[in-house]
Amino acid sequence: MDLSAINPILLVASLMVAATPILLAAIGELVVERAGVLNLGVEGMMITGAIVGFIVATATGSPWIGFLGAAAGGAALSLLFAVLTQFLLSNQVATGLALTLVGLGLSSLLGQNYVGIRAPSVPSIHIPVISDIPVIGPILFQHDPMVYVGLGICLGVWAFLKYSRAGLVLRAVGENHDAAHALGYKVIRVRVLAILFGGACAGLGGAYLSLVRVPQWTEGVTAGAGWIALAIVVFASWRPGRLVIGAYLFGGVTVLQLNLQLVNVPIPVEILSMAPYLVTILTLVLLSAGRGGAMGAPGSLGKHFHASS
Amino acid sequence: MIRLEKRAQPSRGWTIATPIIAVVATMIAGGLMFAALGKDPVEAIRTIFWDPLFGPFASYARPQLLVKAGPLILIAIGLSFGFKAGIWNIGAEGQYIMGALTGAATALAFYPAEWWIIFPLAILAGAVGGFLWAMIPAVLKVRFGTNEILVSLMLVYVAQSLLAAAALGWLRNPEGMGFPGSRNLAQWAATANPELIAGTGMHWGVVMAFLSVIVAYVILSRHMLGFSIRVTGQSPRAAAFAGVNPGRLVIVCMGVSGALAGMAGLFEVTGPAGQISIDFNVGYGFTAIIVAFLGRLHPVGILLAGLLMALTYIGGEMAQLSLGLPAAAIQLFQGMLLFFLLAVDVLTNYRIRAARREVA
Repeated sequence: MDLSAINPILLVASLMVAATPILLAAIGELVVERAGVLNLGVEGMMITGAIVGFIVATATGSPWIGFLGAAAGGAALSLLFAVLTQFLLSNQVATGLALTLVGLGLSSLLGQNYVGIRAPSVPSIHIPVISDIPVIGPILFQHDPMVYVGLGICLGVWAFLKYSRAGLVLRAVGENHDAAHALGYKVIRVRVLAILFGGACAGLGGAYLSLVRVPQWTEGVTAGAGWIALAIVVFASWRPGRLVIGAYLFGGVTVLQLNLQLVNVPIPVEILSMAPYLVTILTLVLLSAGRGGAMGAPGSLGKHFHASS
Repeated sequence: MIRLEKRAQPSRGWTIATPIIAVVATMIAGGLMFAALGKDPVEAIRTIFWDPLFGPFASYARPQLLVKAGPLILIAIGLSFGFKAGIWNIGAEGQYIMGALTGAATALAFYPAEWWIIFPLAILAGAVGGFLWAMIPAVLKVRFGTNEILVSLMLVYVAQSLLAAAALGWLRNPEGMGFPGSRNLAQWAATANPELIAGTGMHWGVVMAFLSVIVAYVILSRHMLGFSIRVTGQSPRAAAFAGVNPGRLVIVCMGVSGALAGMAGLFEVTGPAGQISIDFNVGYGFTAIIVAFLGRLHPVGILLAGLLMALTYIGGEMAQLSLGLPAAAIQLFQGMLLFFLLAVDVLTNYRIRAARREVA
């Protein structure tokens, strides 16, 4: 064992990369849940985004078109969820699970001929002066653009929910859909749009795994990242700012356990690879224990809306 | 304009009809998918649904039906308790793994004794393993209000890591020449879970699955627990007035599903699978969710749905061999089935009315 082999700067720098797929998926789900819809299909949409993005990127040679394709793929899958839960009034928990199962099957079907191929690489950006600052430069300013796109989306969502009129309507729909309906807001329309946004974000997150983080297609590449994204939304008490902290915390745990595996700490690899999931459970428990239940959850979360008159 | 009108009570006719419609719709959509993959859709559907029962290799395939349906039914029966009450244990896969691990470990502690008591003891240990694994999300939910969906699912990944650790380390066969995997439990007389009646595929796990169907039917329709579950599912507030203790219901429902999933894991590791290996779990815990819904959370329905799902597994394997259909296509096919079921389910609870434009 040689702990000094771990370079703390590289560790913190790779934390941002490790957190990005979860950050992207989680911010999408946050908007969906603020609109009062619980979509448990994040894992399915992520992995669909991962393979669609990979296929598009290898076909066109451009990872950026790949990311666009992934967003479209994730949104397309989420449209199924939207139709079932919003128009056919199906149970959101069951439909979300179905979406995950369908997404996993679909992705491995689409991905059969793409195993072992390398994706076109995503260059890291290098801004002259600030990227060269010692310590801070490599940690904050030498990543690929998607890291900053993810943060940008979080900032955008925060501003949208806090300052825009549309954001206010979305929150109203999520808190009390009957009242929002009585005020004349289109509950179903708002929710469908939110679900599509969530799907697109999950798709982006998945594509980040297959195009940047891994970067190739393997079956089950998401390995539960979608579920962790769901947990982080709860962790964040449905607030974008805390969501960034949660995702980075989780990214930190992932990176740390990978680094510990590399330097041969006398802890079995299997125990180390459990760490991210155990930490997620632990934080969920600490949070819910501190507040006595899921405080801050949107009032109409998971309830279906049926305008009876 | 089409308008939905809520029924005062779910329609009995549609409750039975919707799963059938969903199966037919899945066959059509699946056929289109197979056609898109360049296979003859009619032949593919026939290979999946007809050949395992009546085709040329049926004598091999038919016993497999019960072997595959057994764990699916056993797990799904347990899940249906919670699902009816709005308690979502989706980590049955993890409880299934833990049941197999604790059961196998308990049995192997006596190796190479040949006492008859070892097998019942292993079954018990398997049930306890699954039960305790399910108690983690259950107790956390009752004590701290933690979301049981997320915790039970996270624990699947933890259980998979433990399984890998066991197969590579503390349960590895000392005489296995360094290969991963435990001793073969199916070839050790004390724990063997063989086919009870030749040519049927019936093993102790299948017997237990059938028993669980009967017991679940009685509990859900005749016992106070069944009433508590149904009331809680329909209205938690009404349940509170009826004197249902919600915390205890969570513990009971999660515990039942965990114990049954753990037992299913033990029967699998001592019978069809034979040993603890890294790839021991094949997703029964997740497919059982589809089985539970397809069976309308009703014991008899689950029995039929489990057999149907087993059929798609076996037929899917046959289609892989004879038609070269990818395994993922079958997985997608099963997912589609759940989707169609949820989609047509609207007919059970709502009437479709053509709304006339009201003239002021």
